[in-house]
Amino acid sequence: MSIFAPMYQYKPEDTIAALATANGVAAIGVIRVSGPNTYAILDEVFYGKTPSEQQSHTVHFGRIHDELKELDEVLLTLFKGSRSYTGQDTIEISCHGSPYIQERILELLIKKGCRMASPGEFTLRAFLNGKLDLSQAEAVADMIAADSEGALKTALYQMKGGFGQEISALRSELIDFASLIELELDFSEEDVEFANRDQLVELIHKILKATDRLIESFRFGNVLKNGYATVIAGKPNAGKSTLLNALLNEERAIVSDVAGTTRDTVEEAIQLNGVLFRFIDTAGIRHDAESEIEKIGIGRALEKIKSSALVMYLFDASSESLETVQQEIDKMDLGDARLILVANKTDKASEEQGSALAEREDIVRISAKDKSIAPLVTALNKLASEANLGSSGSTVSNIRHLEALTQTKDALEAALKGIDLGLSGDLLAEDIRRAIHHLGDITGEITPDDLLGNIFGKFCIGK
Amino acid sequence: MNRQEYDLIVVGAGHAGCEAAAAAANLGSKVLLITMNMGTIAQMSCNPAMGGVAKGQIVREIDALGGYSGIITDKTMIQFRMLNRSKGPAMWSPRAQSDRWLFSSEWRLALEQTDNLDFWQDMVKEILVKDQRVYGVKTGIGIEFYSKSVILTNGTFLNGIIHIGQKQLGGGRMGEAASFGITEQLVSLGFESGRMKTGTPPRVDGRSLNWEAMEEQKGDEKPDKFSYTDTQALSKQRSCYITYTNSKVHETLKEGFDDSPMYTGRIQGLGPRYCPSIEDKINRFAERERHQIFVEPEGWNTVEVYVNGFSTSLPEAIQQKALRQIPGFENAKMFRPGYAIEYDFFQPTQLKTTLETHLIENLYFAGQINGTTGYEEAAAQGIMAGINAHLKINEKEPFIIDRSEGYIGVLIDDLINKGTEEPYRMFTSRAEYRILLRQDNADIRLTEKSHRIGLASDLRLKNVQEKIKQTQTIIDAFHKTSITPMEVNTMLESKETPTIPQNYKLFQLISRPQLHIHDFQGLPSADPILTGTREDAKLQAEILMKYDGYIEKEKEMADKMQKLEHIRLHSEFNYQSLPSLSKESREKLSKLKPATLGQASRISGVSPADISVLLVHFGR
Repeated sequence: MSIFAPMYQYKPEDTIAALATANGVAAIGVIRVSGPNTYAILDEVFYGKTPSEQQSHTVHFGRIHDELKELDEVLLTLFKGSRSYTGQDTIEISCHGSPYIQERILELLIKKGCRMASPGEFTLRAFLNGKLDLSQAEAVADMIAADSEGALKTALYQMKGGFGQEISALRSELIDFASLIELELDFSEEDVEFANRDQLVELIHKILKATDRLIESFRFGNVLKNGYATVIAGKPNAGKSTLLNALLNEERAIVSDVAGTTRDTVEEAIQLNGVLFRFIDTAGIRHDAESEIEKIGIGRALEKIKSSALVMYLFDASSESLETVQQEIDKMDLGDARLILVANKTDKASEEQGSALAEREDIVRISAKDKSIAPLVTALNKLASEANLGSSGSTVSNIRHLEALTQTKDALEAALKGIDLGLSGDLLAEDIRRAIHHLGDITGEITPDDLLGNIFGKFCIGK
Repeated sequence: MNRQEYDLIVVGAGHAGCEAAAAAANLGSKVLLITMNMGTIAQMSCNPAMGGVAKGQIVREIDALGGYSGIITDKTMIQFRMLNRSKGPAMWSPRAQSDRWLFSSEWRLALEQTDNLDFWQDMVKEILVKDQRVYGVKTGIGIEFYSKSVILTNGTFLNGIIHIGQKQLGGGRMGEAASFGITEQLVSLGFESGRMKTGTPPRVDGRSLNWEAMEEQKGDEKPDKFSYTDTQALSKQRSCYITYTNSKVHETLKEGFDDSPMYTGRIQGLGPRYCPSIEDKINRFAERERHQIFVEPEGWNTVEVYVNGFSTSLPEAIQQKALRQIPGFENAKMFRPGYAIEYDFFQPTQLKTTLETHLIENLYFAGQINGTTGYEEAAAQGIMAGINAHLKINEKEPFIIDRSEGYIGVLIDDLINKGTEEPYRMFTSRAEYRILLRQDNADIRLTEKSHRIGLASDLRLKNVQEKIKQTQTIIDAFHKTSITPMEVNTMLESKETPTIPQNYKLFQLISRPQLHIHDFQGLPSADPILTGTREDAKLQAEILMKYDGYIEKEKEMADKMQKLEHIRLHSEFNYQSLPSLSKESREKLSKLKPATLGQASRISGVSPADISVLLVHFGR
C-alpha cells in the first residue's frame, strides 16, 4: 500500500473535495467532490438545476453562491453512485482558473461539510471500492506524475489493465505447469502420466523470455517516468555546464571559466520531442585534481557514468585531439551506458581538426556557447526512439512490479537449474509456486484451489 | 435411568469420535461416547489402510499431539510402505494396510483403558439446546444425558441412503441403520445442510483370485511405523497386488449405465472428483484404455480382499460380470457388492477455528459431517474438537494449529473459510508450506505445543527434545568438521559424485543429491559424530542441511504471511457498515466471522481489494 503513503484513517463516510487540476492561473480549473453528501452540498450552493434531481453523466451550467454572494459561473459534471471514478457520488466543478476563485469555492465546500482530500485519496477510494486493481491504481499515481507523452502512454496502458492481463496470462501458464507437477506428487501412487520435463523446460523458457522482456522494459518504463539518465561527462572546461544550460535554456549549473567549477553533479529533466531526458552534469574528469572536494566530485562523476543509460562525452574540439579523447574514454567504465561523442567549441577548432571531425559520423559537432546544439538534439532523439520498445506491449515502470518480476525470474531460473540437476518434483514445485506467488503480487492472489481445480478438470485420477 | 452429568458427550465412535473422546478424557474431562453399535467402533468403512500422501503426515501429526491413530495403526498393520521415497522429504508419506478387525478392536480396547470415558450404545435423536447453548442429548430410547458440550461426529449416518443399481436402502453403512432426526433439528435451529455422496468397491473372496496374473506390491524391506512412541515395526508383512481394467470391462460396465443411480439422477449428492467411481472414470476419461486396480488384503488371516479403484454403484450382476473380465479375477466370487452412499453434511463455514458452531455454543462438529472424507481427516478434526471442547469448558485459550504448523491447520482453515463442494480430502498441494510440514518433523512441530495444554505426555516431550538436541549436535559438528580427500574420495567415487581436491567441511558434501548421511558412517572424521546418535536425529539433520535453502525460503514466506494472521477481527464487527466492501464480501464476512485478517483473505469471494479495505479499517 506504499503508493498511498501516508496512510490515512480511511473514512468513506466523509465527503472530500480538492482541486483536481494543477495549481495556478489557467483558463479553467476543476474541483472534484466525492462522498455521500456530495449532492446535498451541491444542491445547497449551486444555483441552476438541482444537481440531485439530474441524471448521472450530465453537465449543467449555473452559479456557485456563498449565501447571497456569487463566487463563479461554473459547469457541473455529475457522476452518481458507483458509476463514478471513486465508486461514490461525485461531482466535478469546472470553474474559472483563478487560484482566488478556486480557494473561495473550496472554502465554501468545507464550510458546508466537505473535508479537504488528502493526496491520492480519490484514487484510494477508487481502489478500495474495487474500481481499480492495485496495478491500475499505481498507474493512476504514475499518470498524475507523468511528465512526458511516453510516460502517459505507459500509464494509460497499465490503467486499462493491459499489464495486469499480460501478467495473468503468464500466471495461468505457470499454474498449468504447476498442476502437472502437483499431479505427479499427490497422485504418485496412481497410474498418472508424469510431467514431461522437456515440455516443462520449454514452457519455463517461454515464460522467462516474457519476464525478461518485461524486466528489460523497466529500463524504458523507468526512462519514461523519470527520464533517460544522461550523463554529460568530459574534461574540466570542455563546456559541460554550458551545454546543460543550452539544453535547458536557462542558467542552471554554475558556469565559469575556472576549470573545476562544477564540483558535484547537477541534474535537470527536460522533454525533447516527447521524451524525457534527465541530464546530469558532472565534475570534469582530470587525473591531477588537487582539492579533496574536487576528487570527491570526480569520483561521483565516474559513478554516475556507470549507472546511467547514456553518456555524452564532451570534448573541446579546439584543444583536445581525437587520440587523447579516445584514451580518456578507454579509461572510463561505461557500465551499460551508451556513448555519444560530442565535439564542442567546433567554431574555434582548427581546420585540420574540423576535417578530421567531419570524417567521423559518430561524433556530434556543436557549439554550446552559441546554443547551436541542434545536431545533438537530433542524435538524442534518434537514440531515444531506438530505445523505445514500441507503443504496443507492456512496459514496466513501477519498482514494485520490477521486484516481483525479478523474483519470478529468480524462481524460474532455480526451477530450470533444479530440472537440470534432476531435483524431485516437490522442490521444483516450490520454485514454481514462488514464481506464481510473485506474479500474483502484481495483480492478485493465487490459491492452491486453482491448482487442484486444474488437476481435476484435466486428469483422470483417483483409485 | 439416572440423569448423568458429563463435561462432554461425543456422538459417534468413528475415527473422529474416538480421537475426540480420547483427547478430552485424557485432558481430564468426564466424557460419554455414544455409538449406535459398540461392535463397530473405529470401523474402516472404506479401504483397510491408513496414511498415504498428505494423509500419512496427518496421522503423524495426530500422534505428535498425543492421539491414538498412529499407535493403533502400528499395532494392527499388515504392511507398511513409505511412499515417494524417491522424491524430496516433504513428499515422503507413510502408508499402512491394516487388519480391519484388529484395528477396530484395538481402538475399542484403547478407549476402554482410558480414564474418564464412559460408553453408551444408542442412537442420538436430538441435541438439547437452551438459549443458543447445548446442554446434552436425547437418545432413541428416550434417555437424556446432560453435558457442558457436545461433539457431533455422525459420519455418513445422517439420513444415509445406500444405492446399488436401482435399489435403495436406508443405512449409514452396509448392514447398519441410518440415523434420523438430527439433521432436521439442526436445520430448524438455523443450520444449513447439504448432501454428499461417496462410494465403495466390492469385496471379493481371495481364494477365488489368480494371484499369478497380477503384479505383487510388497511392503518396504525395512518397514517404518507411524507413532513417535515405542511401538514396534513389522517383522513380516502381507503383499498387495496390482491389476488393470480393460476395454471389455468398460463395455460391460456401460451396460449397466441405464440402471446407474448416478446417471439416472437418483443420487443428488456431490461425489469426490479425486476418488471417482469406476463408471465415472470410464465416462469422463473415455480415452483411457485401462484403469489401475489395487487388490488389498483386509487382514492377517481373512481371505476377504478390497478391490481398490473399483468403487461402483452399478447393479451387483454387472459388478460381478465386469470384475470377472479383469486379469486375475476370472473366477472372482464377490462377498459383497460395491455401493454408493448419500448422507447429510453441514457446510463447515458454519464453524469457528475450534470447530465449535457459530450458532450454538459448546456444540462442535467433526469428521464427515463437515463434508470431509478419509479416516485421517476425520481423526484430525476429532482430536482438535475434543481438545478445544475441553479447553473451553475450563475457560482456557483455544488450541489452534496454523497453516504453517501442520496439515491439521491447513485442513481446518480450509474448511471453515472456504467450505467445500465435494468431499474434502487432504493433498500436499493444499499446503503452501509443504516443505515445512513433513512426516519426519510432526513431533518437532506439535508435541511441545500439545504438552503445554497437557495432552502430549512428558515422555513424548522428552523424546522430541532429545531428538532436537541430537539433531543440532550433528548439524553443528558437520559445519565444524573438515574431511580430507584421502578419507572421502573413494566413497565419493562409488557414489558417482565428483571427488574433492582439498579439505571440505562435511556439510558442504551432504548437500550433494547423491549423498546421504549414512554414507559418512565409518569415515574417521564423521564416525564419532554419528555413532550412538538416534536414527531419526540423523535423518532430521540430513534433511535440514540438504534442504536448508528451501526450508529457509518457506519460513520467510510463512513469517511474511503471519502478519495478516496477527491482525485480529472482532467476531461481532458489523461488516455491513463498510459500504466499500463488495456485497458478496460483506455477506461472507458477516456469516463466517473470521478471527483474523489472514483467515478473511482465504475466504472465497473476498478479494485482495476487500482485504485492503479491512487492512485500512483495522489499522495497518
